[in-house]
Amino acid sequence: MLKGLIGRKLGMTQIYHEDTLIPVTVLELGPCTVTAVRTPDRNGYSAVQVGYGAAKEKKLSKPLRGQFAKVGVEPRNWLVELPCDAEDAYEAGQTFDVGIFAEVQSVDISGRTKGRGFAGNVKRHGFAGGPKTHGSKFHRAPGSIGACAWPSKVVKGKRMAGHFGDENFTVRNLKVVRVDAENNLLYVKGAVPGAKGGRIVVRVRG
Amino acid sequence: MQRIHRLETDQLKDQVPEFSVGDTVEVSVKISEGSKTRIQKFQGIVIARKHGGLRETFTVRRTTGTGNIGVERIFPLHSPNLTDIKVLRFGDVKRAKLYYLRQKIGRAARVKEKRLR
Repeated sequence: MLKGLIGRKLGMTQIYHEDTLIPVTVLELGPCTVTAVRTPDRNGYSAVQVGYGAAKEKKLSKPLRGQFAKVGVEPRNWLVELPCDAEDAYEAGQTFDVGIFAEVQSVDISGRTKGRGFAGNVKRHGFAGGPKTHGSKFHRAPGSIGACAWPSKVVKGKRMAGHFGDENFTVRNLKVVRVDAENNLLYVKGAVPGAKGGRIVVRVRG
Repeated sequence: MQRIHRLETDQLKDQVPEFSVGDTVEVSVKISEGSKTRIQKFQGIVIARKHGGLRETFTVRRTTGTGNIGVERIFPLHSPNLTDIKVLRFGDVKRAKLYYLRQKIGRAARVKEKRLR
């Protein structure tokens, strides 16, 4: 069985699960088509390339068009390689849907986090900041960034203001709450990186 | 967004008894202690209904003892643990939230009964 699936984040909501209200993220995954298979003999590693979403053929590059034509698969607008076991035989054109998560307890989910632009230390690194009132003049500034004559430089990796978000991030060990194969939906407990409609990769844990 | 909304409406209870702020209700709640489950009843005046859809909650207030110790419980309307809501008395009130009852003691903390014609 395939060890993951790709799709979109639909958003968050709450559902009653085992009589308690829990926060869940709803993901629309697949159906994903296998568009290429990497084998140890030819590529030196084992992986399956899967595609998601429909693409207009004229928007694709010539090499991609050739690849889809060769394996006889409808053009897809997003391709991702997922690792797989060498023994498992996959073929281009195979389709997988959320049914593969039916027996799965937990998953790792990767996505691109929301871009927050140039952010200060309070937002970016969770600094506490200072008092807002009572005559305080220290509000959201980072404070001291190092000692004086020694080392007479700022240490590398010092947490400072800068660009925050819009980076790849993986949340690990999210519990699978429900699998809705009919509507291609996967419910996981907790938050998932990225905005609504953002692309995400879900991998089976372990 | 619309799809998420649809997923939520699927979870709503099909039938929720009609009751409004000011009514006296008896709420049955399933309580599980270890492996045992039992039904606990809580009776009082509904002083608020909040939020909407799946997240709708209501607050029930009752007074115990000599009538000056208030107990309030907030119930999620669509919780599966909420097995029954019985309306015992309809109240006639002019507020959406009866928080003023918290300041009243004894006979002043009553709600007029609604005359049904």
